[in-house]
Amino acid sequence: MIRLDDTDRDILRALQEDATLSAGEIGRRLGLSQPAAWRRVKRLYDDGAIRGQRLDLDHEALGFGVTVFLGVKLATKGRVSLEDFERAVRAIPEVQLVHHVLGLYDYRLRVVARDLADFERILRRRVMTLPGVGEVEANVLLSEERRPGPL
Amino acid sequence: MLSDTDRRILRHLQTDPSLTSAELSERCGLSASACWRRVERMQAQGILRGQHAIINWAALGWEVEVSLRFTIDKTNPRAFDEFLAAARAVREVTEIQTFLGRVDVRLHVIARDMAHYQQIYREKILTLPHIADIEALMQVAVIAEDESLPI
Repeated sequence: MIRLDDTDRDILRALQEDATLSAGEIGRRLGLSQPAAWRRVKRLYDDGAIRGQRLDLDHEALGFGVTVFLGVKLATKGRVSLEDFERAVRAIPEVQLVHHVLGLYDYRLRVVARDLADFERILRRRVMTLPGVGEVEANVLLSEERRPGPL
Repeated sequence: MLSDTDRRILRHLQTDPSLTSAELSERCGLSASACWRRVERMQAQGILRGQHAIINWAALGWEVEVSLRFTIDKTNPRAFDEFLAAARAVREVTEIQTFLGRVDVRLHVIARDMAHYQQIYREKILTLPHIADIEALMQVAVIAEDESLPI
């Protein structure tokens, strides 16, 4: 487990807000020299405290007006069907996220579509035809907030 | 409207948001200044809204992730606002989404271990206002996570 001090936490919070901040800018905000800030940022990436970056794009402006969260229950279970399902679901370009979960559903998916008609097409042609798929529940996203979390 | 060149820039940036502007322009086959002008224009238009570091919570000792799906008691007109305001105050909540569908709100909650989750659930989640029903999906594995848009 990676141990963080308060300065590391401040840096993570700043990079959550804006991953493009330079080491110089981070240093100015937190009262560190540019090289000291650079070393800490590099360590946070190298140690894996930061696992990547996310672009925040205006989906609507890019023609993706609809995001839907799906709960998927498999009709048939067993190791083979899980692997088949996972391989096939990863190949759908509109699927942004696949989490294997325990509970009412076996998987939760995040799907983007141009509009509701496009979503219906993806659901019928791509999702409902996945190997082993059973019950599917769809919830259309209205709003979303990312929170900083317990830093 | 976005040109094919703009889309190409966004595709490369989505694949690797940590690209320097020199690397980005090279991959897009543009001069550095032409590439930067287009990036700046997309930022000004609000298409490219920002870039955020993604924290690897598991590496920081937060091993448990749960998707909590709420039905809200809609008999009170203030229910949504009051629920969301209270959910924002819970540090362990990393995402808040609202939906049109059977589920009204989803909270993504992280915890250090199951005992810690149990404590958060009892002390901070069950005490949120206007809950009609809660379902939990415990995350077992991330099969795919790439919020890129198929542009």
